[in-house]
Amino acid sequence: MPEQEDKELRRRSIWSGTLTFGMVSIPVVLLPGQTSQRVRLRMLSPDGTPLARRYYCPAEDRPVEREEIIRGYEIEKGKFVTITEKELESLQPEKSREIDLRRFVPVEQIDPEFLDRAYFLAPVGDSAKPYRLLTETMEKAGKAGIATFVMRDKEYLVAILAENGLLMAETLRFADEIRSSEVPGIPADRTIDSNRLKAMVKEIRNASADEIELNELKDIYTERLNELAEQKRAAGQDLISSPEREKESGHTGNVIDLMQVLKRNIEKEDSKEPAQSEKEAGDSLDDLNKTELYNNAKQLQISGRSTMTRQELINAIRNA
Amino acid sequence: MSMRALWKGVIRFGEVSVPVKFYSAVEDRNIHFRLLHETDHTPVKQQMVDPRNGKPVPREQIRRGLETDTGEIVMISPEELDSLNPEPSREIEITRFVDQGRINYQWYVRPYFLGPDGIEENYVVLARALEKEKKEGIARWTMRNKSYIGALDAKNGQLKLITLRYSGEVVNEAEIPRKKGRNFEPMELKMAEQLVDALAGDFDPTAYRNEYRRRVMDLINTKALGNVYRFEKAKKRRAKFASLTDTLKQSLDRVRKEKKSA
Repeated sequence: MPEQEDKELRRRSIWSGTLTFGMVSIPVVLLPGQTSQRVRLRMLSPDGTPLARRYYCPAEDRPVEREEIIRGYEIEKGKFVTITEKELESLQPEKSREIDLRRFVPVEQIDPEFLDRAYFLAPVGDSAKPYRLLTETMEKAGKAGIATFVMRDKEYLVAILAENGLLMAETLRFADEIRSSEVPGIPADRTIDSNRLKAMVKEIRNASADEIELNELKDIYTERLNELAEQKRAAGQDLISSPEREKESGHTGNVIDLMQVLKRNIEKEDSKEPAQSEKEAGDSLDDLNKTELYNNAKQLQISGRSTMTRQELINAIRNA
Repeated sequence: MSMRALWKGVIRFGEVSVPVKFYSAVEDRNIHFRLLHETDHTPVKQQMVDPRNGKPVPREQIRRGLETDTGEIVMISPEELDSLNPEPSREIEITRFVDQGRINYQWYVRPYFLGPDGIEENYVVLARALEKEKKEGIARWTMRNKSYIGALDAKNGQLKLITLRYSGEVVNEAEIPRKKGRNFEPMELKMAEQLVDALAGDFDPTAYRNEYRRRVMDLINTKALGNVYRFEKAKKRRAKFASLTDTLKQSLDRVRKEKKSA
């Protein structure tokens, strides 16, 4: 059922809006092209209790709550200009649900150092036909679309690339984030001994293969860490049963281990079962500001909400 | 701005060895705020506390652990963690070369520019040969106690090494549903091609600025001078049209008109 599929796509998406091509609007969702699988090592007390992160003021030598903290930009040593969340929020780009393709460039002109993160663009609703039309056209022309768009209150420069009938959105670094590629020591124009070049080409061909080998791209460190942990678990060595910290209330209610929240989110994303959530109405959470999200989290009694960033709030609410 | 090398290593495969220096290709332009205690503007520090009594645990007493699927925690000693670290090495092993473009952009993490270390000849030859063959190398190396995988790439005589994500972290494109939709007419394809053509140009990254970052710096500078910042926002709207063919036609007309008047 297409509606069912769209619903599922929207649930997995991190942005939804329209891809605009001339005056053609193509409703799409953005799906992450990457997942984080890094194992996070928890910080523990000597007897194995997971620790919580807390801020404290060294001048008064006491813990401070998130509400007592403001942001400061250091203009000279020890001198700060303070900036409130509200001020930052009013500087955020106008909310927009559009990726407007006004520029198409040859794909090979986008140097790899510009590429930041990769997302898939999937068509939703009635947009399969124009989606395919655009993909086919771009693929044939070897062109990528360049645009700026707003996601999670941030403005991104993005390249839309067509590959195997799919559109990918690659966020790009801005020009001032790329250093000049003129590194020291490269001779500008050097004649190369043709025999040396031939020998090098031969070596490259000898070491060449048709396909990449996924085994060469495994995270060996994490695998070994997991193996070690599994061995120790099976042997009952240094094993501590995890207390149900979430149930604890009172004084510790506002102490939060962000790693825990993050980890849980990752687990949710990984699990095949769709998250049981009342907030399935697509992306509406993305439209709320931080205060609204906070109030939302308060109603849902999400612990640790006071130290969460906007995105963590969204994730926590989605998974509540 | 002078470039400082971050690390040195030797690219190796077959009989080839090419000593190189690493230079960061990216510059952090993010605006970094300190977190301050509101009453006295002291930068706050973070500490780890025991949730049972709220008491801070000194750094040297902190232990590490992994949570298992069963919800238990396995403690890992500092010695055990050390034993997992890769052996320090200066080798950048090229495990294989593949055709350029074989490694999808999804894998890319962080780019480095490479420069020759000492003798430049091997560097120049390797860069030229890679370009000529349209190949890129899969590299593996250990830098500051961490193992990396990367793609070795050459363009205009310059070697680049882009660190890659691990295989478990890249979403397979087969997981993204492809919808068929209705067929489009040859004419629609033609118009779409014309529209892409009309909007074609060179990639000019300097044409785009991070406006949000600029506004935040403006705000900071204004407040630093003791002045009042005026907040404002821009708005935009666009029209909607009916059928795909009509829309393509109107888009083309508009783009062409804009080009003429420009």
